[in-house]
Amino acid sequence: MSTARVATTGVDLLADAVEAQAVDVTRVDWRPPMPGTEADLATVAVDPRRAAANAQAVAAMLGVTAHLVDVGPASEVLGLERGEFLHAGPPIEWARASGPLRGGLMAGAALEGLVEDPQDAVALFESGAGVSLEPCHHRGTVGPMAGVVTPSMWMFVLEDRATGRRTHCSLNEGLGKVLRYGAYSPDVLTRLRWMGDVLGPALRAAVRATVDAQGPVDVTGILTQMLQMGDEAHNRNRAGTLMLLRDLAPALATSGLPATDVAEVLRFVGGNDHFFLNLAMPACKLALDAARDVPGSTMVVAMARNGTDFGIQVSGTGDEWFTGPAQVADGLYLGDYGPDDANPDIGDSAITETAGIGGFAMATAPAIVRLVGGSVPDALATTRRMHEITLAKNPRWSVPVLEFQGTPTGIDVTRVCRTGILPQINTGMAGRVAGVGQVGAGLVTPPAEIFPQALARLAELSTRTQTG
Amino acid sequence: MSAHVELRPGAYADSVTLLQVSRTVAQLPGVAAAQVAMATPLNVEVLEGMGFEIPPEAGVNDLVVAVRLDDTANDSPAEAVLADVLADVLAGVDRALADSTRRPSGSAELAAHRTTATALRDVHDGGVVVLVSVPGPSAVVEAMDAVEAGRDVMIFSDNVPVEHELALKRAAEPGGVLVMGPDCGTAIVDGVGLGFANVVSPGPVGIVAASGTGCQQLLALLDHAGVGVTSALGVGGRDLGADVGGLATREALRRLDAEESVELVVLVSKPPAPEVATSVQEYAAGLATPVELALLGAGQPDLTAAAERVLERLGRPVPTWPVAEPATARGPVGGTMLRGLFVGGTLAGEARQLAAEALGAVGAALDDLHGDGHGVVDFGDDAYTSGRAHPMIDPTLRLDHLARVADDPRTGVVLLDVVLGHGAEPDPAALLAPALEAVTAPVVVSLVGTAGDPQGLERQRAALAAAGAEVHLSNARATRRALELLGATR
Repeated sequence: MSTARVATTGVDLLADAVEAQAVDVTRVDWRPPMPGTEADLATVAVDPRRAAANAQAVAAMLGVTAHLVDVGPASEVLGLERGEFLHAGPPIEWARASGPLRGGLMAGAALEGLVEDPQDAVALFESGAGVSLEPCHHRGTVGPMAGVVTPSMWMFVLEDRATGRRTHCSLNEGLGKVLRYGAYSPDVLTRLRWMGDVLGPALRAAVRATVDAQGPVDVTGILTQMLQMGDEAHNRNRAGTLMLLRDLAPALATSGLPATDVAEVLRFVGGNDHFFLNLAMPACKLALDAARDVPGSTMVVAMARNGTDFGIQVSGTGDEWFTGPAQVADGLYLGDYGPDDANPDIGDSAITETAGIGGFAMATAPAIVRLVGGSVPDALATTRRMHEITLAKNPRWSVPVLEFQGTPTGIDVTRVCRTGILPQINTGMAGRVAGVGQVGAGLVTPPAEIFPQALARLAELSTRTQTG
Repeated sequence: MSAHVELRPGAYADSVTLLQVSRTVAQLPGVAAAQVAMATPLNVEVLEGMGFEIPPEAGVNDLVVAVRLDDTANDSPAEAVLADVLADVLAGVDRALADSTRRPSGSAELAAHRTTATALRDVHDGGVVVLVSVPGPSAVVEAMDAVEAGRDVMIFSDNVPVEHELALKRAAEPGGVLVMGPDCGTAIVDGVGLGFANVVSPGPVGIVAASGTGCQQLLALLDHAGVGVTSALGVGGRDLGADVGGLATREALRRLDAEESVELVVLVSKPPAPEVATSVQEYAAGLATPVELALLGAGQPDLTAAAERVLERLGRPVPTWPVAEPATARGPVGGTMLRGLFVGGTLAGEARQLAAEALGAVGAALDDLHGDGHGVVDFGDDAYTSGRAHPMIDPTLRLDHLARVADDPRTGVVLLDVVLGHGAEPDPAALLAPALEAVTAPVVVSLVGTAGDPQGLERQRAALAAAGAEVHLSNARATRRALELLGATR
């Protein structure tokens, strides 16, 4: 906290002149904005709607509490029909789809019985006959990595009980060779079938019984706690996963399911440190969806990647996606894999960063900072840096090591363009070739150009509003 | 066979650390592939995929070190050679594992904020004022941060479009935020000088200025007369124009009216739009504190006259405005033209107007300094400061033109201003002296400063006089003296 009486932005000499009068000065480290954004930044700065619109968007987002109210197949909870495939990121067609997305779709087609052998799905998707692709985000859903959702996959259902709005996410398969990383081998399909036959129904029974007995699990509340337990809720979900088990285990034990099934479910969930990610993501989306469609707001409400394109959506620009080429993460590789094996960034999981956790809360997860070859001070610096591009501090989600400062929340397109600071995303890396699976994990940022694109649109809408 | 697999039961490091160790080891000389990992089923699968044979007893609490040496470099390396390489590599593994637990810590120092908005989030003093001096097109963005945070802001930047100024001042109005500027060079807020501000004692006068150097001239003259100034609030040269309509002037007047120590407010402005002048006069008339209007322009009193009226209204004696004679008096030369080279816009305007009353046409463009007519140029004009610091900071441009003027036989008298105070050049007389010594024509300088200014008013005055200039505190007096030397006084 500063007790400065003067804040200076610009010429150092003028700050020096004030300091020479024995007056405390806070100096802003101002640098020119992203090239070509000066005029749009000014237009948006003078938009009389902006400040109140952003305050409204932030308040709406922070006001949401996400509860786990049900678990059910996508056919039921999303009305997804045979041949409909959801995927991560902004819209994309098969021809431009990356290896891991193709692999995930192939696995999905085999899971749904549209093809016998996943390889046969290539021809199916090339022909397009009877199949359609749609972003998860367009159906109130988020999917990690490839994010492929098919009708028979079981989904978490999260609800904002104040409004009844819902979001959804599939169940996490674990690490290694899994569909979301683009693998489609027989063991991948076997696991998915088990998840549909045993895991999903067991979780539904447990969730419904828990709702009846003591009310639904407060996912936002678990996020609050796990952020104080070393999880940043994107690449580390260990504490969150165990807290979920703690909340559901009694109902599982008394569900009347065979003890072997219960044990298998407990073992599967407890053995998968990322299981909670698939609850953190829809909780973040539920909060961010509340901030959508506020005219004049410059707040980012979604960041998502399909393995080819990185896209953002902004509150003040409706459902429009601003896209650029997805980048390859910088990080560490499993086994023999190297940068040549990695696919560009993929998955809806950057919804966590959009909501102010994940990479934005890196300071709270020192256990994983080395994932990116970083140090603990780097992690602290990352979280502090993200405050430069965000509108608010989340009062519920705080970082103990930063004096319980709230996480940096609500990415502001204008501040990204002004500072050139890009959102920092923690991510897993999928193999470039369909079928490979995970090859590593690391840090990635969006392509810089999508922020000036979004800014230009905001400026255009602002001018249109003010002139007529 | 050059693969080596060893188990280290009970050793543990987290998976991320081990990924890094693996990467380090893989880069050691003689290593074809390496993996150091806990023997979890997933890792064993990865290791087997790499072609390593993992002992069946390996468990999740065992550390596996698996290395394959590169034996293709040498046709048939002796076992002993490979053993040496392996020993080196295993030593490298130990080193990497040890290093992984003591990583150098990066700088824990807090990085400075990158925007005004984020900087203001951390400031919890009610009295903070923001000083923006970024390039003109970006100024509105930073200044709007201050307005939205409810903080007064001084915009030093020039080249700011008037529509930006209007938007800022309209946004500031409901919250009672004061927007000083843009192109506001001078302010004194709560006793702190911002921008180019002179050092003054607190006193009964409050100034509202739509003119930076106009304000500084008042500060200098009042200081010489022993009258202090509590606050000097700049509003920017366009505030009293028809577009902006005096939005900031009204707010500044309201502030000074509320300050108990202020007995008299002076409003100094470049020529205002008539309807704005009327409405501001009406507003001023409704205040409890009397307001002296010093609205410059043709037929209006000059700044020195305004200062004298302020002194009279306060019942203070008007002193003799000081003049320092040149060390060696310069007589008339062959030239007949007035050459005015100014850094202060209002000072230049005042000189130009007084000269025009005596001489007729006086040009304001750079070419007019080197032509067959009279010229008075403001080097602080937006036209000369885009991408360049203000001439009070960077004297190069004026010095270049001064040298040309010195060499020009048409030059009759050289008239300059030198403005002291915080933020200005630390020793302007020292920079000007060689150039002034090269001038053969008479030189008259308006030296605008106060006794407390960091450059030392007396020292500057003496140095300029030693370089051959006649030095005045009053710009109007200096101008009239220059005209007299040209033989043009009426």
